[in-house]
Amino acid sequence: MTHKPCPHPVTGAHHAGEEHIACADHAACRENTPCRLCRIEVDQLNVVLGGQALLKDVSLHIHCGELTALIGTNGAGKTTLLRALLGQIEYKGTIRHLTSEGLPAAEIRTGYVPQQLEFDRSSPVTVMDFMAGSLSRRAVFLGIPKKTRERALAALARTHCEKLCDRPLGALSGGELQRVLLALALTPQPDLLILDEPVSGVDQNGLETFYQTVDELKHKNHMAILLVSHDLDVVERYADRVVLMQGTVIKQGSPEVVFDSPEFEQVFYARGGRA
Amino acid sequence: MSAVYAAMDALLPFEWLHYTFMKNALLAMLLITPLFGMLGTMAVDNKMAFFSDALGHSALTGIAIGVVLGWQSQMASMLLFGILWAMLITFVKHNSKMSADTIISVFSSTSIALGLVVLSRGGAFAKYSSVLVGDVLSVTEGDLLALLATLAVTVVVWIFLFNPLMITSVNAPLAKSRGVRARATEYAFTILVAVAVMMSIRWVGVMLINSLLILPAAASRNVARSAAGYMRLSVGIALVCGVAGLILSYYLNTSAGAAVVLVSAAVYFVTLPLRRK
Repeated sequence: MTHKPCPHPVTGAHHAGEEHIACADHAACRENTPCRLCRIEVDQLNVVLGGQALLKDVSLHIHCGELTALIGTNGAGKTTLLRALLGQIEYKGTIRHLTSEGLPAAEIRTGYVPQQLEFDRSSPVTVMDFMAGSLSRRAVFLGIPKKTRERALAALARTHCEKLCDRPLGALSGGELQRVLLALALTPQPDLLILDEPVSGVDQNGLETFYQTVDELKHKNHMAILLVSHDLDVVERYADRVVLMQGTVIKQGSPEVVFDSPEFEQVFYARGGRA
Repeated sequence: MSAVYAAMDALLPFEWLHYTFMKNALLAMLLITPLFGMLGTMAVDNKMAFFSDALGHSALTGIAIGVVLGWQSQMASMLLFGILWAMLITFVKHNSKMSADTIISVFSSTSIALGLVVLSRGGAFAKYSSVLVGDVLSVTEGDLLALLATLAVTVVVWIFLFNPLMITSVNAPLAKSRGVRARATEYAFTILVAVAVMMSIRWVGVMLINSLLILPAAASRNVARSAAGYMRLSVGIALVCGVAGLILSYYLNTSAGAAVVLVSAAVYFVTLPLRRK
C-alpha cells in the first residue's frame, strides 16, 4: 500500500524520510491508485508588474494531503503567488504539476475561495441560485432541475450549510458566506484548493467552524490546500507546512521550524509583537 | 398580419384598440417591454444603468453617421455605431484607471454633441427630433417583425448568458476561477443591450429608453426573493406597465413612451417599502 518513493521528501502528514507513505485517510491511497496531483513544484518564479519586481526567485513545493500556509506582511507577494498559480498573471520560471510517479499531471482542477466578498447585498440571488448558476449552464430563471438542486445541496452539506440554501446570499453572515464559497470551490472536487484569507473579518465562532471544516475535508479528500492567512494562531494550529514570504521565500518548513526561526522573528517581532 | 388583427378584434374588443396603429403599438409594446425587462435585471445587477443611458444617447450619432454616409436606412448605421460604441466604452473602462462613471460621461456627452452638430447643420434638426421622444404609434408591420426577431434572438442568447452574468455580478474573480469568461460575457451583454436599444429607440425615444431598461428591474428587485423571481417579475412588470401606459396615453392623448415610464416609476415607488431590510 505504498506509493513509489517521492523524490521530493518533505516533512508532513504523509511523508517520512524518503518514502511517500500511503495514508489510510485518502481514497486514492486506500485504493492504491496514483494521485492525479501529488505535488506542485514552483521553481525560480519571478513576477514583474509595471517595472516592479513583485516576486523574486520563488521556489516551493505544495503537496497533496497537506495544508500549506503562506504567511508574511502586506505586500510580501502572497496574493501575487496565488494569482500566478491560478494562471491569472504572467510569470517567468516554472510551475510544474506532478503525479506521484513524478510525471506531469493532467490538467488540474483548482478550487478558489476568495477573501471576504464585496458584493451587492441587496441582490435577489439565493444560495441555491448561486450554486446552481455556478454548477450548471441551464439559466436559473428557467427553474432549477431536481438533479442540479440535489448536487448543490450535496455540495453545501460538505461544509455543513445545506440549511442556508434558500436564504439570499446577501443575508448570510461572513462565516456562512465563506462556507458557501468553500462548498462551491469543492465542487467538482479540486486537486488544489486555494484559500485567500478566507475568513478575514469573520467572527471567532465563524472562523473556528470554517477551519474545522477545512481540516475535516483535508483528511477525507485527496487534495493539496494552499492558505494565505494573517492569523498566525490559525496557521500554527492547522498548517502542515508554512512558507514565510517577503518578496521571495525567506523560510519554509513545519510550523515549529518557521515560527522559531530568526527570519520569522525579524518579520513579525521587529515590528512590535506578533501581527 | 390581418389574421393577427382579426384575433385582436375578437379577443380585445376595446375602443382604444380600434385603430390599426394602436394594434401595432400594442404589439410593439408586447415585444419591446419583455426585452427590456429581461436585460434590465443584469444591467441593474452589474451597475450599468449609466452605461445604458450613454448607449441611448449614442443613437443620435448613429443617425448622424447614416445621414453623412447617405444611407437609406439609419437603422443600420445606428446598430453598427451602437455596437461599436458599447464595445469601445467597455474596452476603455477596463483599460483605464479613471472611474467608470467619468469615462461613460465623456463618451455620452461626446456622442450627443457629435450627433447634434451633424444633424443640426443648416437648421435641419427638427426632422430628427422625433427620435428624442419616440413614437410607438408609427410602428409598421415590418418594424414589428424586426422587433420579433430581436426578441427571439435575445431570448436564446440570454439563456446562455444569464448564469455567467449572475455569477460575475456577485464577484468577478470568483466567476473567473469557475471558468466563466467574464470579459467575453460582459462584451456579449453590452452588444445585446446595444441591439435592443437601437432596435427600439425610434419607438421609445433617446430620453426615455433607459428608464424602460432600469425601472422594471429596479421595481422587481424591491420584492423578488430569488433570481428566477427577479427575472420573471421584471418581465411581468415591464409588460403590464407597457400596456397600461399605452392605454393611458390613448385616453390622455400624451406620448406613449412617457406614460409607460411614469407607470413603471409608480410601480417602483409602490414596491420600494417592500424591500428586504
